[in-house]
Amino acid sequence: MSIAVSLRHQAGAFMLDAAFHMPPTGVTALFGPSGAGKTTIVQAIAGLIQPQSGRIAIGERILLDTGAGLAVPAHDRRIGYVFQDARLFPHLTVERNLLFGWRRARPRADGDEIARVIALLGLAPLLARKPRGLSGGEKSRVALGRALLSRPALLLLDEPLSALDAARKAEILPYLERLRDSAGLPMLYVSHAAEEVLRLADHVVLLAGGRVTGEGSVFDFAAGDLDGAMVRATGAVFETRVAAQREDGLTVLSFDGGELLVSRLARAVGTALRVRIRAEDILLARLRPDSISANNILETRIAAIRPSGSEADIHLRCGGTPLTARITQSSLARLSLREGEGVFAIVKSVTVDARMKD
Amino acid sequence: MPLILTPPEIEALLLSLKVSGVAVAAALPLALAAAFALANRDFPGKVLVDGILHLPLVLPPVAMGYLLLVLFGTRAPLGAFLLEHFGIRFVFSWIGAALAAAVLTFPFQMRAIRLSLESVDPGLADAARTLGARPLDRFFNITLPLALPGIVAGSITAFAASLGEFGAIITFVSNIPGETRTLPLAIYTALQAPGGDVVAARLAALSIGLALLFMTLAEFAGRRARWSTR
Repeated sequence: MSIAVSLRHQAGAFMLDAAFHMPPTGVTALFGPSGAGKTTIVQAIAGLIQPQSGRIAIGERILLDTGAGLAVPAHDRRIGYVFQDARLFPHLTVERNLLFGWRRARPRADGDEIARVIALLGLAPLLARKPRGLSGGEKSRVALGRALLSRPALLLLDEPLSALDAARKAEILPYLERLRDSAGLPMLYVSHAAEEVLRLADHVVLLAGGRVTGEGSVFDFAAGDLDGAMVRATGAVFETRVAAQREDGLTVLSFDGGELLVSRLARAVGTALRVRIRAEDILLARLRPDSISANNILETRIAAIRPSGSEADIHLRCGGTPLTARITQSSLARLSLREGEGVFAIVKSVTVDARMKD
Repeated sequence: MPLILTPPEIEALLLSLKVSGVAVAAALPLALAAAFALANRDFPGKVLVDGILHLPLVLPPVAMGYLLLVLFGTRAPLGAFLLEHFGIRFVFSWIGAALAAAVLTFPFQMRAIRLSLESVDPGLADAARTLGARPLDRFFNITLPLALPGIVAGSITAFAASLGEFGAIITFVSNIPGETRTLPLAIYTALQAPGGDVVAARLAALSIGLALLFMTLAEFAGRRARWSTR
């Protein structure tokens, strides 16, 4: 079962002509600049706007097929929608907001499910309050919970963090990660922030000027390997597993291409964890450095060199894992690096994203 | 000027309140339906319908009373039908006064309701749609409760305006003590009688007091509207 979307819609001078697939599980990011047509796409999926032509199907279930004159009304689509501005009902308490979609869902989620969502999003202290008094982050969490309890077949998140300041974003991101790792619900996450995409997404669809310009895994996206010219490599994102807990307080993570040492993580051996390494955090060396404080020195091969202004992005392969290093043009010249050559990558810092699944 | 009201004056006051109350209550569902249609639907001739519904606002009330007489008089087709089949008699009856007041204050109510319906963020109805709410469900559970303070304010204003209705009532249902003699008609009657100035002044002061009271109430309800939708 996969989710297939293909839409054509003209609104004024703007032409949307986009087609893409979403895997049936995990988070698909719809990534692109403002005005690329991201919100138009999610509104069409939810049924809030009727595109001039298109087809939308979740597995066998067809929501829209303009060719066949079929358009399931929005209230029957079972598509959860978390709006940028939360859109909580101001006259209802948080609890009644949460149960609004739940009451109308068939079949309804049971009591355990309600308790689980309330616990997942930390909503218990808010239940009796009205939306007016909530902070931006709290509103976002309630909006998420409300959408989840309507038992959607697909959850749309339209830049749910864009209205929040950095501190609130940091507050909400872990909830989104927990949701991704526990809900087993396909999610389409609209964003123009690469950082959020790297942290949350599994699959990425690039959108520019109303067209899909690239599609692939978040790993390819991080490495700048998707054909969306506007996306520059931001670093590397890849899956690792906890291989061992060392006596000296370090945790060994293994991945396709080697191992990484990180500060102790309280996770069982075998736990899958997503790791991010920023392009700025990799140094390159021709010879293996022996007197250096860095714990992680990886043997890699140069796959591509992409100059960009006074810098250059060096695309590396470590086994099957792509990494990216950003160095200056002058370092590039001094080391006289060429595609295909071997080089040592010194990793200054590794970010481990919390994954719930063991 | 003695401030105690005489029994006929109390009668006029109570009759005014009854006529206005019935008028506003009867016009409310129709005003709600009309406001909803004008706020949410596009249909051919919408501008014309909008204009006709606002006619009582600009037409001379006496002309309105005459039109009502032509439609609802005992020998007029509609009036005769209602009298024969339902025993409802408008002419010379307080029910007729209520009908006149309802027709004349209908635009007040409809405008206020329309404005408050339009002030409800349509994004909330969209959110309700994605949560499985059908059109009527959305209207009664989202749009209407959010517009309610504005609707209440509009109804109170219409009530206050209806207390002052004169021309249409005296033309349509005459000036019968205890039946159709509302406050303005009582003021008019007092002025016709020799030495009635004191009574007229007292009733005018009462009218002003009532108007101020209800306008204040309407303002209060309207403020609540702004708080609750913020």
